[in-house]
Amino acid sequence: MSIHVTPDDPRVKRVAREMKLYDRRPDALIQILHIVQEIFGYLPEPVLRLVVKELRVPASRVFGVSTFYHYFSLKPRGEHQCLVCMGTACYVKGAGKILDQLQKTFGLKPGDVTPDGQLGLAQARCLGACGLAPAVVYDEEILARVDPSTVGGMVQEKLRGS
Amino acid sequence: MDLEKTAAHARAQMGQKRRLLVCAGAGCFSCGSAETLSTLQKLVKERGLETQVDVVPSGCMGACQKGPLVQLAADEILLQGVAPQNAAAVLDQVLGGRAISPEHKLFSAREPDAPDAHFFQKQQKIVLENCGRINPESLEEYIAVGGYHALHKMLSEMTREAVIAEIKKSGLRGRGGAGYPTGLKWETVAKMVNEQKYVICNADEGDPGAFMDRSVLEGDPHRVLEGMAVAGFAVGADKGYVYCRAEYPLAIKRLEQAIKSARREGLLGREIFRTGFSFDVEIRIGAGAFVCGEETALIASIEGRRGQPRPRPPYPAESGLWKKPTLINNVETFANIAPILTKGGEWFSSIGTPKNAGTKVFALAGKIRNTGLIEVPMGITLREIIFDIGGGIPAGRRFKAVQTGGPSGGCIPEAHLDTPVDYESLQTLGSIMGSGGFIVMDDTSCMVDVARFFMEFCMDESCGKCVPCRVGTKHMHDLLGKICLGQGTMGDLALLEELAPMVKATSLCGLGMTAPNPLLSTLRYFRDEYTAHIRDHRCPAGVCHMDAVEAVR
Repeated sequence: MSIHVTPDDPRVKRVAREMKLYDRRPDALIQILHIVQEIFGYLPEPVLRLVVKELRVPASRVFGVSTFYHYFSLKPRGEHQCLVCMGTACYVKGAGKILDQLQKTFGLKPGDVTPDGQLGLAQARCLGACGLAPAVVYDEEILARVDPSTVGGMVQEKLRGS
Repeated sequence: MDLEKTAAHARAQMGQKRRLLVCAGAGCFSCGSAETLSTLQKLVKERGLETQVDVVPSGCMGACQKGPLVQLAADEILLQGVAPQNAAAVLDQVLGGRAISPEHKLFSAREPDAPDAHFFQKQQKIVLENCGRINPESLEEYIAVGGYHALHKMLSEMTREAVIAEIKKSGLRGRGGAGYPTGLKWETVAKMVNEQKYVICNADEGDPGAFMDRSVLEGDPHRVLEGMAVAGFAVGADKGYVYCRAEYPLAIKRLEQAIKSARREGLLGREIFRTGFSFDVEIRIGAGAFVCGEETALIASIEGRRGQPRPRPPYPAESGLWKKPTLINNVETFANIAPILTKGGEWFSSIGTPKNAGTKVFALAGKIRNTGLIEVPMGITLREIIFDIGGGIPAGRRFKAVQTGGPSGGCIPEAHLDTPVDYESLQTLGSIMGSGGFIVMDDTSCMVDVARFFMEFCMDESCGKCVPCRVGTKHMHDLLGKICLGQGTMGDLALLEELAPMVKATSLCGLGMTAPNPLLSTLRYFRDEYTAHIRDHRCPAGVCHMDAVEAVR
């Protein structure tokens, strides 16, 4: 999937402004990519090309950095995001079963988005919310001590409610 | 700024009213503490009590499982489960001088015999002393409890050499996990001749199950900044970077605020306290790569490149960020600096054990009653942490192992629980101190599956630069996966035992060098579980599914 962006798109203008704040320094690349992802939800190729031009770095380096770090996505993410924490504390408390259940309920693999683009499923390394294990994050909300047997219905309900 | 005047003024302000501190750490925040805070503030306003009570947010109070937590500052009473709907009742009890109902009372300093009292009594707080006591968003409150006094004292009466001597005397060792003597590291960077040097704070807390650094940054950000500034003076650097995980938005926000207010008051920036010393700090946000906790990979990431390590030497102390001499310490290490300067290296070295001075912060998690953040003197035993502070294993289950050091550490069985917690003892057991992850497992955890879990982590996080780590972790993961499915052979086990030491010995950086530790430690202490999977096609803990094998049989 690709998007069409024009130089006068306000979002593109914002990215350009932010790059200027960093004096278009090549070492600010990761910080710039954070901003692009925050604005677009992922890293669209046309915007990355703009970053290449402005920071005067090779496209291979921008692509290399974008794919090296887990936090960045080159694909659009779902309208809503369901993130299952797979940190050790969550794992020993059944996070694997939660992930299995969500995969079954929505027919999704981690990293995928439903065909209608409504829900994306992902796994996190560790949210650092180990006192709440096992934890799932639905959009911005942390769901604590999640039960694998009810998590599917719970997320379905949240999707319907939104 | 006049530190004494600001401190006196802030102390007077803080002393005027009763203070209700509401935990705003990520754990309590997730159970709705922000709403508890606003509800309490609203109630105080509605009842016209603003002149008597102050309701303020604060850092992590430790007992993360019992949130939202509220602390009554002067009386040292800690209240649990103060959800917004309970706020009114709790406020009545607190202000009416009535007894706090048992469901909310977690701990009171005046009643040392309470059932959970051990959780607090066996702890000793240096790094976390301000967490839960001050508002992390207020520079004035930090100054009121003695903040930036160490920086001031140093700049007005100490030489670089004296600062380093004090840190060396303290015996402080790097809290990132490896335990390298901090004073020695500082001295090496200080000796380098270069007009430009850097100080980096490693806040890329990537170990799954660890949240110590996050809690310090969220609860007491100025403490870390002050430690960095002291380090900057000692080694001769005028610029610092904090490299923080993107997964910690609240920590980043608090840190940004703290930097801004410190700059405004001239505690960071040019000519601090009107001396010739200038030091400023910038935040760099990581992007989810575990390997960036390795110092040379972290440097590459700050430079805007892929986080791949490079061979050492040269060490960053000699050639680090932009090839300049660079000091890298972890969050917790920096948080220890100000108290060492204020109270002296001798004081610090009197805490803990002779070779392991001071305290260590651990994040208790997993199958343990009291999950949360604790700080204990070095040398305490694992048993004391798990059973006295942690309250033991819930649901009547049996303790099986404790995992320290995350993917680089190992699993320690019950037979070794009386081992003191220090760098060397944990290493002898095949684990490491690590940054402070402390995960307890009961008899429902399968040790082979745990080894597979960590190997999967290391395989995914291997940067791919060197072959032993890239191929070795993948190979070991596949073999472990086979064993978990009941399809392994004794030959696979032999192969694992051959691969593990090889990957350890030949990998480029710490990630590969320690990746086999969870495997090796479980093989050492829980070999019978491996053989049960292989010979009997049985998972003793009932975790691994062996349906495929069952069908064939």
